[in-house]
Amino acid sequence: MIAAAIIVLREVFEAALVVGIVLAATRGVPRRGAWVLGGVALGITGALVVAGFAEGIAAALEGVGQEIFNAGVLLAAAVMLGWHNVWMKTHGAEIARDMTAVGRNVSSGAASLSVLLVVVGLAVLREGSEVVLFLYGVAASGTAGSQMLAGGLLGLAGGVVTGWALYRGLLRIPTRHLFTVTSILLLLLAAGMAAQAAGFLVQADKLPPLANPAWDSSSWLPEQGLPGQVLHALVGYSDHPTGMQLLFFFCTAVAVGAAMKSVGRPARA
Amino acid sequence: MPYRIMGFLAAALLAASSCAVDKGPEYRLVLKDHRFSPAELTVPSGQKLRLVVENQDPTPEEFESHSLQREKIVPAHGTITVNVGPLKPGRYEFFGEFNEKTARGWLVATP
Repeated sequence: MIAAAIIVLREVFEAALVVGIVLAATRGVPRRGAWVLGGVALGITGALVVAGFAEGIAAALEGVGQEIFNAGVLLAAAVMLGWHNVWMKTHGAEIARDMTAVGRNVSSGAASLSVLLVVVGLAVLREGSEVVLFLYGVAASGTAGSQMLAGGLLGLAGGVVTGWALYRGLLRIPTRHLFTVTSILLLLLAAGMAAQAAGFLVQADKLPPLANPAWDSSSWLPEQGLPGQVLHALVGYSDHPTGMQLLFFFCTAVAVGAAMKSVGRPARA
Repeated sequence: MPYRIMGFLAAALLAASSCAVDKGPEYRLVLKDHRFSPAELTVPSGQKLRLVVENQDPTPEEFESHSLQREKIVPAHGTITVNVGPLKPGRYEFFGEFNEKTARGWLVATP
């Protein structure tokens, strides 16, 4: 039961962190709750579909369908997070200003919210499909199935609580600084997703690793340890990264950062 | 802009997929009763190879290795191929994420 809880927690945790940061980043935007919930619902639906077609996806594209699919999902999410960050840079100051004036409506958050809905959906889909496959296996194996299912639900609850705790923690940041902090977190999230995508493309043999591994930090910051897993979820940390992953991480971070700078006016956000 | 990165990525992908590369020899792993056999597989270092993982169990598994930087779902009664290497000589642990206690093994890359 504990084993099942840990496996499910690990997957839900990653998606929950994304949702928590997105929720904090959209503070003050009207009806964001509905959008984020919509994203989660779409993601769960997508996860069920992906799990159902797991065999077909694995066999597609000469056996590397799974890698290409994962890389595509991660890259799409990274691009949308980058886009949101740039959008927020131009509208964030406005929203922050409006939030202090009670009862005033924020002009338009819908464009960015729809992008974040997709980001949340993709994050839930990717992690969720593994949870679905795991729980399916548990259910199919029969014996002690109910115990394992209880463990799975426990893990699910744990993941949701973690995301919620991160959200509450971020809200303690004064409004003036909140968007700066969340945009840095979203930028790192995007770069980490791009790096993970690069990992899948290397695995599919579509990209060279460049350096394999670039370093080995498994002895002092193992990826499966708690700090390692938090870093993996936030910035795509790996204890054996390839050079290509590092390249994707830095290119994405620099490209999104430069785009944010170029649209940002000298006024403080 | 992010779109520019996307364009760059697409171009890089196309370029990379258009050149046919030698994927190296095949090595077979079988998953049965949530155990890998052989649990220790000796492979050559310094060249690409293909790990063919056959799942004989009725439940899905995830083949995963932090040191090899690989993760891939193996459907129930399904077979997948994992591209590996070129490896430096050494021992690389892998495991089945859904049955981590029993499904464990090592890839040993010899000089």
